[in-house]
Amino acid sequence: MSKIVITSSGNTVKSDFDLRFGRAAWFCIFDDETKETKFYENEHINANHGAGTQVAEKMLELKVTKAISGDFGPKAKELLDKFNVQMVIVQEETTVESIINKLITK
Amino acid sequence: MPRRIRLRKVVAPPIFKGYKPYGAHVESKEHIELLYEEYEAIKLADYDLMKHKEASELMGVSRPTFARIYEAARRKIANALVEAKEIKTVYGNAWLEKDWFVCIECNSRFTIPKTISNHNCPLCSSKNIESINKH
Ligand SMILES: [Zn+2]
Repeated sequence: MSKIVITSSGNTVKSDFDLRFGRAAWFCIFDDETKETKFYENEHINANHGAGTQVAEKMLELKVTKAISGDFGPKAKELLDKFNVQMVIVQEETTVESIINKLITK
Repeated sequence: MPRRIRLRKVVAPPIFKGYKPYGAHVESKEHIELLYEEYEAIKLADYDLMKHKEASELMGVSRPTFARIYEAARRKIANALVEAKEIKTVYGNAWLEKDWFVCIECNSRFTIPKTISNHNCPLCSSKNIESINKH
């Protein structure tokens, strides 16, 4: 079982992929086994600092094992790395759905 | 709109944090910020004496992009020399971390934590991956 977070600009799979991690608008948690998606709004989006760390902590809480975003800040990177969360950087304008499709069809 | 950043491969980061002029008649309080990739462009072109095409390939950027980075670097250094400004090297959009991989098929970049035994691309499953720090 594997839970994958994909940063999203909105709360549906049709939303654009958000290239930011700590300051992404939403997080799509995709369950690799059930193929279900759940969306969480980013509570730390307006944090003056430490958004990356707080979001990374939240992801660890949600037992995410893989994080897909356009970029990870140094703090988030360090934390995710420490807890063996695989980081995937995609620097492409795409949608959450098309990323999920790539994950499914592999 | 989500912000878009391009990451440049930096082969060897600078081994200093900055340069300070000394003995200047008028000391400038300003400083210039030389990005890692700019340092790299200068190093490859003017120290390693590489052709721009080769250097751009090594850095994983197009030739025009390389030319732009190189030009920016030269101007900054010239400005610092002439106006006796301190040069500080800053991280910029460089890619330095160890243990990052790039997928040749889909261009995604990723880590492979020790808990993962599968070394395929996590996005498209391609086996065609290479270490970013190979060079
Ligand atoms: Zn791939």
